[in-house]
Amino acid sequence: MSAKKSVGQHASVGSRVFDALNIALLVGLALVTVLPLLYVLAGSFATESEIASRPFFLWPEKFVTSTYEYIFATDTFVRALITTIVVTAVGAAVQVMLTLTMAYPLAKRYLPGRTLVLNLVIFTLVFSGGMIPTYLVVRDLGLLNSYWALILPLAINPFYLIIVKSFFQELPQALEEAARIDGCNEMGVFFKIVLPLSKPIIATFSLFYAVGIWNDYMSPLLYIDDNSKWTLQVIVRQLTSANAENALASLDSVFFPVEGLKFAVVVIATLPILLFYPFLQKHFAKGVLIGSVKE
Amino acid sequence: MATDLAPPPVQAVPRKPRRGDKVSTGTALLRYRWLYLMLLPGLAYFAIFKYLPMYGLTIAFQDFVPFLGYSGSEWVGLAHFEDLFTGPDFGRLLGNTLILALLMIVFAFPAPIIVALMLNELRFNVLKRSIQSLVYIPHFLSWTIVASLTYLLFSVDFGVIANWIHGFVGGTKVDYVAQAEWFRPIIVMQTLWKSTGWGTIIYLAALAGVNPDMYEAARMDGAGRWRQFWHVTLPAIRPTIVVMAILTSGNLLDASFEQLWLMTNSLNRSTADVFDTFVYYVGITQGGYSYATAVGLFKGVAGAVLIFGCNWLAKRLGQRGLF
Repeated sequence: MSAKKSVGQHASVGSRVFDALNIALLVGLALVTVLPLLYVLAGSFATESEIASRPFFLWPEKFVTSTYEYIFATDTFVRALITTIVVTAVGAAVQVMLTLTMAYPLAKRYLPGRTLVLNLVIFTLVFSGGMIPTYLVVRDLGLLNSYWALILPLAINPFYLIIVKSFFQELPQALEEAARIDGCNEMGVFFKIVLPLSKPIIATFSLFYAVGIWNDYMSPLLYIDDNSKWTLQVIVRQLTSANAENALASLDSVFFPVEGLKFAVVVIATLPILLFYPFLQKHFAKGVLIGSVKE
Repeated sequence: MATDLAPPPVQAVPRKPRRGDKVSTGTALLRYRWLYLMLLPGLAYFAIFKYLPMYGLTIAFQDFVPFLGYSGSEWVGLAHFEDLFTGPDFGRLLGNTLILALLMIVFAFPAPIIVALMLNELRFNVLKRSIQSLVYIPHFLSWTIVASLTYLLFSVDFGVIANWIHGFVGGTKVDYVAQAEWFRPIIVMQTLWKSTGWGTIIYLAALAGVNPDMYEAARMDGAGRWRQFWHVTLPAIRPTIVVMAILTSGNLLDASFEQLWLMTNSLNRSTADVFDTFVYYVGITQGGYSYATAVGLFKGVAGAVLIFGCNWLAKRLGQRGLF
């Protein structure tokens, strides 16, 4: 039952049957999760004819990189890739900074007005203005077709804010007090003492925010009409949706490897996430601490 | 005489003010000026992007014309809500939203609990960790990727899975992504694929917190594996299940916009349209700001009522609530 129980204990037949079945099912689940991704990876290096003729494969018969060469030769795609990388990097930095600076004062129990602000934050989790009023605010700020529209409306994730606040509350107070006695003001304490102690959580939330922006499709859908400002997710959508043929016309010149292109663009949009995945995984449990919402 | 014997009256020593003492607003602002300064950018964000849109909800009661603005547009009271409730769309939207929500409750909510319990029974730690690492991956992939994978695997020409099914069942080829009756199964499948693995984390965390002595004690009392599971493991994750159920209930009506929007096309609108995507079509593509906002507001209020209602219910049933 528990991990403590040695496998050597003579388990009943029923127990062993269950274990075998359990392992089989879980391995099956893991396969169902990764096989589609591996298929797409293999397909992106295969020829059009192979994709059309072979039902399922994890290794292409003829290894070609023509789809990638074609993609990287198009202005539209390269521009979208650069845009997405820059917006993700700048956006995550802005989001992390805003989240940290707001979380720190909220971690101080003696700060007058703290409870009010916390309640205002938590209320936004239950109720929001919704899509259209938010869209109108972004429009009135003149952010339509601006990259800031992909960053600012999502600048602080209330869940992340509350988790970071809880983290700050658990930091040892002695160091901060010592710094204050030495004449540091709150800003100094924050930059010289608190931030250096918070490196792991800063890394975690930088990654989570970055993944959020990288994967965001709703914001560009709402706020970006200009083709030259498309992000990678929009390109993925344009290429693989049901009417891809019309969308392809909006890419440069004539298309050639239609199917392979779909595979390759999915791979390129997925790859950075998978590269960062080991680091993301390191800090998983912190990201889902709902318990910290309760005071 | 007696007065001589009395102790000298204690002098009230004015003690130094300490952090956390009750102070007047002015003093607080001065004393904690740096903290308030740090709070400002975040407060500005919540004011502009969270609370200003809530004020913007007033356009649900107006005939909003962007040129005239919030103050200049004409008030129409509840006209848009009447249109919504009596109009042709409401039944379809509510039906689709509720059916999808019900499917999520039946399939997507229990799935992570079941998988977490299965993983918890797995004794080989290396295998357990590897499986966990793999099933978490889809959570980090965007909905556009998931939609693209769906189109690639189920498309009528090259779709691997579509062809398998066709080879197995025969008959005419089915275009799964363009059929109203296949929309819901595909959405449920996507959700299961994307969120089940990640959803196990919170339950596994609760299971990891169970004191091994509990199992030891149960074994001492002659409990077999099944009884241990029933009397130790399940009670350990019950509070987590309740909290997750409350949270899920609040999101019942917000079917995930990106996911549905990406899978909706002109051929499956009859089953695909829900409140969220409808708001986008009416508001953004057709410019019916006021009507779309009214639809969104109805959904938002219903969602808030649901979450508080479930919270209240959970407390009534003796569980720890959320608020």
